[in-house]
Amino acid sequence: MQVIVDKSGVKRYLVTLNINGDSYTRVVRANTMLVNFLREEINMTGTKKGCELGDCGSCTVLMDGKPVNSCIVLAVEADGHQITTIEGVAQNDKLDRIQESFVENAAIQCGYCTPGMVLSAKALLTENPHPTEQEVREAIAGNLCRCTGYVNIVKAIMDASGEQ
Amino acid sequence: MSDNYTQIGKSVPRIDALEKVTGRAMYTGDLKFPNMLVGKLLLSPHAHARIKNIDTSEAEKLPGVKAVITHKDVPPIKYGLSPARWDETIFCVDKVRFVGDKIAAVAAVDEETVYKALKLIKVDYEVLPAVFDAFEAMKEGAPQIFEEYPGNINTEINQNFGDVDKAFKEAYYVRTDRFDGQRTYQCPIEPHATIAYWEGPRVTVYSSIQSVHYLQYYLSKVLDMKMGDIRVLKTYVGGGFGGKLDPSGLDFSAVVLSKKTGRPVKMFFDREEMFFNNRGRHAQFMELTTGVTKEGKILGVHANFVMDGGAYTGLGVASAYYAGALLTVLYDFDNYKFDMLRVVTNLPPCGAQRGHGQPQPRYAFESHLDNIAEHLKIDPLEIRIINARKPGTVTVNGFKVDSYGLKEALEKAREISGWRDKKGKLPSGQGIGVGNGGFVSGAGYPIYRTDLPHSVATIKVTDDGTSAILYTGAVEIGQGSDTVLCQMAAEAMGYRYENMKIVAADTDLAAHDFGAYASRQTLMSGAAAKQAGEEVKKLILETAAEIMDVSPAELDCKEGIVFIKANPETTKTFAEVARTYFVKNGQLIGRGSYRPPKLGGAHKGSAVGTSPAYSAATQIAEVQIDQETGEVEVKEAWDVHDCGFVVNPALLHGQVHGAFYMGMGESIWEEVLFDQNGKLLNGNLAEYRLPTALDMPPVASELVDTVDPNAPWGVKEVGEGATTPTMGCISNAIYDAIGVRVKNLPLTYEKIWRAIKEK
Repeated sequence: MQVIVDKSGVKRYLVTLNINGDSYTRVVRANTMLVNFLREEINMTGTKKGCELGDCGSCTVLMDGKPVNSCIVLAVEADGHQITTIEGVAQNDKLDRIQESFVENAAIQCGYCTPGMVLSAKALLTENPHPTEQEVREAIAGNLCRCTGYVNIVKAIMDASGEQ
Repeated sequence: MSDNYTQIGKSVPRIDALEKVTGRAMYTGDLKFPNMLVGKLLLSPHAHARIKNIDTSEAEKLPGVKAVITHKDVPPIKYGLSPARWDETIFCVDKVRFVGDKIAAVAAVDEETVYKALKLIKVDYEVLPAVFDAFEAMKEGAPQIFEEYPGNINTEINQNFGDVDKAFKEAYYVRTDRFDGQRTYQCPIEPHATIAYWEGPRVTVYSSIQSVHYLQYYLSKVLDMKMGDIRVLKTYVGGGFGGKLDPSGLDFSAVVLSKKTGRPVKMFFDREEMFFNNRGRHAQFMELTTGVTKEGKILGVHANFVMDGGAYTGLGVASAYYAGALLTVLYDFDNYKFDMLRVVTNLPPCGAQRGHGQPQPRYAFESHLDNIAEHLKIDPLEIRIINARKPGTVTVNGFKVDSYGLKEALEKAREISGWRDKKGKLPSGQGIGVGNGGFVSGAGYPIYRTDLPHSVATIKVTDDGTSAILYTGAVEIGQGSDTVLCQMAAEAMGYRYENMKIVAADTDLAAHDFGAYASRQTLMSGAAAKQAGEEVKKLILETAAEIMDVSPAELDCKEGIVFIKANPETTKTFAEVARTYFVKNGQLIGRGSYRPPKLGGAHKGSAVGTSPAYSAATQIAEVQIDQETGEVEVKEAWDVHDCGFVVNPALLHGQVHGAFYMGMGESIWEEVLFDQNGKLLNGNLAEYRLPTALDMPPVASELVDTVDPNAPWGVKEVGEGATTPTMGCISNAIYDAIGVRVKNLPLTYEKIWRAIKEK
């Protein structure tokens, strides 16, 4: 990773992240978080910030297919990795089956946790296409939702399973 | 329920589902404007201190800082809910009253600079003794937090209806119980953000807010501006639950900082700051005395409550009245006394959280009623059926209750939960409990004195008639109001939901409405939308009558097709008729307006608790307790709701799931904690324990049929009412499982473990 030193002697890092199949090269600080890279540097605001402590899961993205809280991953750690955000889940405006299922099952209320939920579900179903309900609950246990009681979210993920 | 409806009574997908599921939905914090600055508030590190001096000079010198403001930069105008309790200012003037109180605000080019600048503001404090307990605060010699509230008592309520003493004398059994509640927070997952920018003399404010109207009103009052010079709007709001109803320091500061710098300013709370500013649920300390006949009929109730308000009043005075007002609705009794002291302490101020003031008293009463039933050897469900209010009655404190299906809800819940096979028959460590609740379907009076209508709506049909736009001030915060209001408008117009668009919650572009609180929008905003739709339909039928050479009375319109009733084969499309109207007369527009009738009695505080319609709900929960550890597992839950006619069943059941979830969290895990200096101990989402998907049991949500005569199509509320029975039913289930009563919320594993040990 190329290091650039600015006039006041502060180090910056030249990183290239692959986000939803496209490469983005930017100069970041050592402490730039992935969530801020996504939201501020490349204007992908679908990834939400709810706590910035890794507690709520609103900022969940996939790093090489695995769900991570992007508020506790440094941009420099994500250098060279494949990142999937909510903007990369639907293909050419065609919703992913999980997204369709969220819509059909009324699994969305305020919508703030939805991007993170969809990505946690995506990671689960890619790994385990036929999860039990308990496995679904475990997979989204790090994604807090204050509106739905998770009832319709679990139903939506179960409905979408086996069809990935 | 009528099958003649084509747009309502159906689980259409949410109008905002696609935007939300793709991440395209922009919340306030996602918005950017050219040349935008970032702002933050400086919050007090002390719970109670005199401000001797504030020096902002170092902060102002920091490169990148564009403005620093304190109380000196804003009008010295106090605000709050009722004029006698306007006790809050934008920034503290002479004293801070809780850790997190607002001192100053900074706007700078980026977040890092803002945080550096906050650290450079020097505040000289003289730390004062502080008080963090409502009962300590009332003692003589306790630190005095406001001059205007002697003894730190901020609201005193003494209401007396009928003759409670006589009722107790005549009663077969009189029982007193005391239950304590805890402080909880709404914790919407979206933290509050505000963006303000000026264009000439007018300011535009984007805010994560539950009422654009009230924010516009407060900004106008406190900043001494004309309401017409303030535009408030919201984009998407990531949950509110009452926490986004009071104006926040962000809103005022963003407007002032933006004026001072001539640039857009975005301000936001981080998660811990949300805990300071969310205005969560008051901890209430509730003593209940009830007299009953041998058969279990309630003769009289005395509710003697104290609530910890934290610093400042805000909506808290309404919380205090609600706490007692709604206790009279569920069960029918003729004698009632309500005493309340709302006390100020050096903790963050409390306000309205889902169910506003009522869930903890409901918990107390439902637990108390089970104790009474046990003494009388009456089944807890049966004692509730005996006392359940009947439709078409008036409560002792003057609320007119027309439709009311509580008895039916109880009977249905008994059926679907298998109550008769389980109550008293479950193995040791397992239990089942019942609790009732309900709420207003909109408050009968606005939160400040005004003669404005409560809801206004306008529908504009597009020039070619192929779509229509509903303009409403109703605020979608996740509950689904944008969707159900479009369904209601389409039904009234004879149109299709799929062709509806909505412009909502924008004081410039939409119509007036008081917003999302008191579970009001389906009934009140819905009434205005219905009336606007009916006006459009009338114009459509009149125009079609001319084209088709018949009288308007011979026509009807459904799903976008105008037809002759006697000969439904003869049709015109809504779109072509609408286009004809447009060519002849100009824009096709319908208008609606709603104001509730005059409601309530004449006593002091009689306005609080009035509503055109009341919901009712029964919840039953089954729990399993690990007797070694006290760990509680809620295994299953049943909710039967009387919420009138249901516009969108899928959204309705979603409200019930979420309400039960929130009530369950408050029952077992959720509590805001402070250290001995009033500093937050668990202001984050790991230690303030919202239930996860692993904690949530299956919930069966069912309905009873009622149609309220005072509401459009007979709708009633669901969102807040469904959270009110939960704590009581879980409390009763735990009692059934362990045979000993834990009397203070939350009913944690430790408290249950101790109760089992001490049994």
